[in-house]
Amino acid sequence: MKQDNSYAAVIGRKNSIMKTAVGIDYNQYEITNISFDYERLMKETGYSLAQIKKIQYSHGVGQTPLKELPNLSALARKIAPTGYGARIFIKDEAQNDSGSFKARRASIACYHAKKLGFKGVIAATSGNYGAAVASQAAKYGLKCIVVQECYDSSGIGQPEIIEKARACEAYGAEVIQLSVGPELFYTFLTLLETTGYFNASLYTPFGVSGIESLGSELIEDCLSKTGKLPSAVIITNAGGGNLTGTARGIKKMTDEKIQIIGASVNLKGLHMASDHDFNRKSFTTGHTGFGMPFMTNPDRSDVPRSAARALRYIDRYVTVNQGEVFFITETLVALEGIERGPAGNVALAAAFSLAQERKEDEIIIVQETEYTGAGKHHQAQMAFARSHGIDIYFGDPAEEIAGKSIVLPSRIDQIKAVDLDLIKIKQSAIKNQIKDWKKLTATDFVYLIAETNSTPDFVRQTLTELNVDWEEE
Amino acid sequence: MILKNSWVQIHKILLKPEERTGSLPPDTKQVPFEMWDKGFLTKNANIGDEVEVITITGRSVEGTLIAVNPSFMHNYGTFVPEILIIDKMVKTFLYGGDDQ
Repeated sequence: MKQDNSYAAVIGRKNSIMKTAVGIDYNQYEITNISFDYERLMKETGYSLAQIKKIQYSHGVGQTPLKELPNLSALARKIAPTGYGARIFIKDEAQNDSGSFKARRASIACYHAKKLGFKGVIAATSGNYGAAVASQAAKYGLKCIVVQECYDSSGIGQPEIIEKARACEAYGAEVIQLSVGPELFYTFLTLLETTGYFNASLYTPFGVSGIESLGSELIEDCLSKTGKLPSAVIITNAGGGNLTGTARGIKKMTDEKIQIIGASVNLKGLHMASDHDFNRKSFTTGHTGFGMPFMTNPDRSDVPRSAARALRYIDRYVTVNQGEVFFITETLVALEGIERGPAGNVALAAAFSLAQERKEDEIIIVQETEYTGAGKHHQAQMAFARSHGIDIYFGDPAEEIAGKSIVLPSRIDQIKAVDLDLIKIKQSAIKNQIKDWKKLTATDFVYLIAETNSTPDFVRQTLTELNVDWEEE
Repeated sequence: MILKNSWVQIHKILLKPEERTGSLPPDTKQVPFEMWDKGFLTKNANIGDEVEVITITGRSVEGTLIAVNPSFMHNYGTFVPEILIIDKMVKTFLYGGDDQ
């Protein structure tokens, strides 16, 4: 009998397709209707930090330099109160093969796929991850397919995504480009099913544990360069894997409290599935359009249980505007002589602002950069935005309206990271987790505390407001 | 005529507007869900023909032939003069005075 490949039929087979394509039976980690054993999932299906480093260091990944940005710090001190303006360091992840920290995730996914005997890997991504998977797949002799959301209905592609397509093809991958819409997932499932390839998802334990080496290295690097620990690490946040993996790696190195700060580009008002809005944003990732929904509902990813659970680790979550990131990207070139892609500099823009709240002898680390080139450059992105009618001007970045304007700061002290309300985000995450269940077990209660990195009292109060009963041990 | 085994790009409508999922913004719902892929042409053909290609991973895919030897033409875009203003602003602020 011929298999039904209609949209509904393929989506209906999602769980069985994923089980085959990821090689993990997620059911064995489920505990109740709500909770699952996250740490056991990570322990049993992931790799140890030592194994991860061994795999990565022999495949062109990791041991990237940690660089101090003295001139950027000096610029921050010019506008900070006397004695303030922390030392800013950056982990130059652009030095990984394929040019971004995503190589860390791809290296473990591809190693695992090869170990399990898969012939190829598939990744659904419009970002650096595609090039990372293609590069690592080349090293292991695996075939590779990258599925991109790339063009709007006029056939116009975001320059940054076109560049990723070029890079993926250069590394030998087949690139399937799609127009805007969540049906990408349907194409992705169909491909997994027909090829039998491994799902190199960003959200498996492999995709997330691969970043633990980054957290570990930045602690080692910081200690060897300065003799002390950073007081904060700032991480560009989208799907949550970068933040989760980095924080887990840091925790494996030290018990000292290091503040974990997430930063996303503010794209409020733009609809991520809108054909019209698609080419009116200048950032294809690292933005609130992914950051917020994934933080409040991590299991919306392409695997049954996401290993990327940012809310378990994040201490503070800030946004910056597109104009601020472009400004700081150019400042990095002008003052430090380092030219990198804008998408990797979201956390750097936030760091420039947050450094001014911290004393001069404190250290803050921005944990990534990404490669730059045609299409993937602030000049290319701003030119493309301007050609789509986006108004680019100097002013107060707080006035920026995503999709209508890009406001470059007219004064340096106008670069301001804006705090998001983590309490509200945590409440929203609890609401999403409990769905329509009206009675929770004691296990669920403990699980929700861990999921939101909060307290028993916080969860009690939230559940009371939601009219939900619960048990406690 | 484009010869068999040429490297080409194809285009295909995967879902017509009426076949798309319910949870879409109105502008996206009005347009089809489209796909582009590349591969080696299995028979001689012309632009606009329905063709079969074998992709770089060895898959057979059908679609409308739209380009031969498809090229990447992305670049750095038209010059954005604001970038020079940023340079001057941060250098003057940090180092003071004129560039001299």
